[in-house]
Amino acid sequence: MNETQFRLKYGMVIDLDKCVGCGACMVACQSENNLYVRLDESDKLRSTTWMRLYRINNGEKFPEAKFSFFPRPCMQCGHHTPCVSVCPATATTVDEEGGIVSQIYTRCIGCRYCVAACPYHVRYFNWWDPVFPEGMEKSLSPDVSPRMRGVVEKCTFCHHRLMKAKQKAAMEKRRDLKENEYITACTQACPTGAITFGDLNNPEHQVAKLAARPDAFRLLERLGTEPKVYYLTKHDWIRKLADNYLPEEDFRNVKKQKH
Amino acid sequence: MEKAEKKEYSPAVIGWFLCVVGFVGALFVGWVIFPALLYSSMEQPFPFNHKAHTENAGMGCDECHVFKQDGFFTGIPKLARCMDCHESLQGKSEAEKKFQAYGQKLMEEGKEIPWLVYSKQPDCVYFSHAAHVKMGQQKCETCHGPIGTSEQPRVYKKNRITGYSIDIWGRRISGIKFNTWDRMKMDDCGECHDKNKTSNACFVCHK
Ligand code: HEC
Ligand code: HEC
Ligand code: HEC
Ligand code: HEC
Ligand code: HEC
Repeated sequence: MNETQFRLKYGMVIDLDKCVGCGACMVACQSENNLYVRLDESDKLRSTTWMRLYRINNGEKFPEAKFSFFPRPCMQCGHHTPCVSVCPATATTVDEEGGIVSQIYTRCIGCRYCVAACPYHVRYFNWWDPVFPEGMEKSLSPDVSPRMRGVVEKCTFCHHRLMKAKQKAAMEKRRDLKENEYITACTQACPTGAITFGDLNNPEHQVAKLAARPDAFRLLERLGTEPKVYYLTKHDWIRKLADNYLPEEDFRNVKKQKH
Repeated sequence: MEKAEKKEYSPAVIGWFLCVVGFVGALFVGWVIFPALLYSSMEQPFPFNHKAHTENAGMGCDECHVFKQDGFFTGIPKLARCMDCHESLQGKSEAEKKFQAYGQKLMEEGKEIPWLVYSKQPDCVYFSHAAHVKMGQQKCETCHGPIGTSEQPRVYKKNRITGYSIDIWGRRISGIKFNTWDRMKMDDCGECHDKNKTSNACFVCHK
């Protein structure tokens, strides 16, 4: 694959078989990244959730019925990044440091091309200015700029945590970060350790080892967007849901197309 | 009749005259009146004397502008740090006595000195002193100018429209830059990053 190559490639592996659907990752993400809370957060059409927990099922009746949870951060696509290629304002780019897809809110003109282009629905548009419940403004983090009405936002792999880790390293005159010096808020919050975070390019990192496992897969892999988020599962029905396979198609035999 | 005729100027002369007057007038409006209207001038709450501390008393910058172990730069020191020394008089100057009274009053009220920060960047900007001073070995003066050795704080000028300090747009309205610290817009950050072969990816400086 002709994915743009960087020295570092931050990525995530989510073990779906370990996920219990508690939603701690969603809550951690919301408070970490100054997401505002709507009066009715159960209305998922309107709520903004950078990390979104989906509930999936195999569509069968009892006793064959099965369900699972599916956490979905931004995939930080490394190739033909759909949102970046449609942005008319250069408000979003794949950054050379770790390949994280940036979003510069002050640059965004709110055209929402990227929202439409993203195959994973990770992008959210601010239809309103954020309103924080009284007293909550005091708990906002100064590390993440709040968004205003009319711009698009999305998961950034907690990029400010990367900058903080690098700042700490700078004090110690180090350029390279150690494993787990920079992890996202959802990784830290997950009580079952289902989320692993690190540098996919570094074979020493746990995340690279997990991503190399045969049962690792990515969402809509055949689009060729080279997501940096991998999933693990031993269940075939989940694997089948992860891409648009034909009923008679076997996902094991489907070769990835070259793009 | 002859005299009256002599007084009439040709249209070309009048035209040129108006042109020059208009040009000079426009320049005056653009370079003098507009900046005066655009920026409001504010005084620092107390005329802090850097020179008395750094050159005369021999203090280092890091005795007041402290880095924490995790790289966090504390910026302007808290009042408690000043009172560490000025609880008792250090010298005989009037200025110090005035400060002591001022500081003690604020301490009792539990308030801080509301310093104005010349270099304050917009909220969307991420800046790290540790990266520049500890790692990049940049001098304070490169970005801030000779504040560390000044006797008097400058007048703080605030843009009435954006609310930002004049140090961001540039101390000259024309945008002409003689020193590295005259201006600190995005391109000025980027220019030095280019020179030092440091990353200019959007997310380096934005958050
Ligand atoms: C005694 C404590 C003290 C020492 C020592 C000290 N400073 Fe300061 N510094 C202050 C205070 C208080 C302010 C805020 C008032 C002002 O802006 O003048 C300040 C403000 C500044 C600012 C302005 C920041 C801004 O953008 O508004 C700069 C730059 C600065 N100091 C640099 C230095 C340098 C360089 C040194 C060493 C040569 C130094 N300081 C030593 C107390 C100190
Ligand atoms: C390490 C001790 C120390 C600290 C901390 C300190 N000062 Fe001083 N300060 C001095 C000394 C020493 C002098 C010089 C006294 C003299 O020679 O007259 C001085 C002088 C002054 C003067 C008089 C300057 C003049 O014009 O003559 C002022 C005002 C002052 N300090 C304010 C402050 C403020 C504001 C802070 C907190 C940001 C502060 N100081 C922190 C030691 C300190
Ligand atoms: C590469 C340029 C650069 C260098 C070098 C630099 N600064 Fe700064 N400084 C800045 C910028 C930009 C800001 C504004 C940061 C912000 O608003 O987030 C700032 C802010 C400050 C402030 C105000 C912080 C606050 O908000 O309270 C102080 C004080 C200061 N610098 C002192 C220093 C001192 C002392 C040094 C030398 C040890 C230094 N700076 C070196 C660029 C620089
Ligand atoms: C005088 C030169 C200079 C100026 C001006 C300057 N920088 Fe830098 N900056 C550097 C250097 C050199 C480094 C790299 C330090 C290193 O890692 O060796 C750096 C690194 C950084 C980093 C850390 C990058 C990383 O990967 O850790 C950030 C963030 C940053 N600069 C932001 C800014 C911002 C914002 C401004 C403008 C307000 C600015 N810089 C202005 C020289 C400068
Ligand atoms: C080297 C540091 C640096 C880099 C890299 C950088 N910026 Fe900036 N940017 C700044 C600073 C500092 C400001 C605030 C001063 C100004 O308005 O120029 C700013 C301001 C802006 C603003 C105006 C915001 C406002 O509120 O006025 C936009 C939009 C912006 N940047 C977009 C971008 C985009 C898009 C990229 C990537 C292509 C980028 N920036 C890369 C430092 C940087």
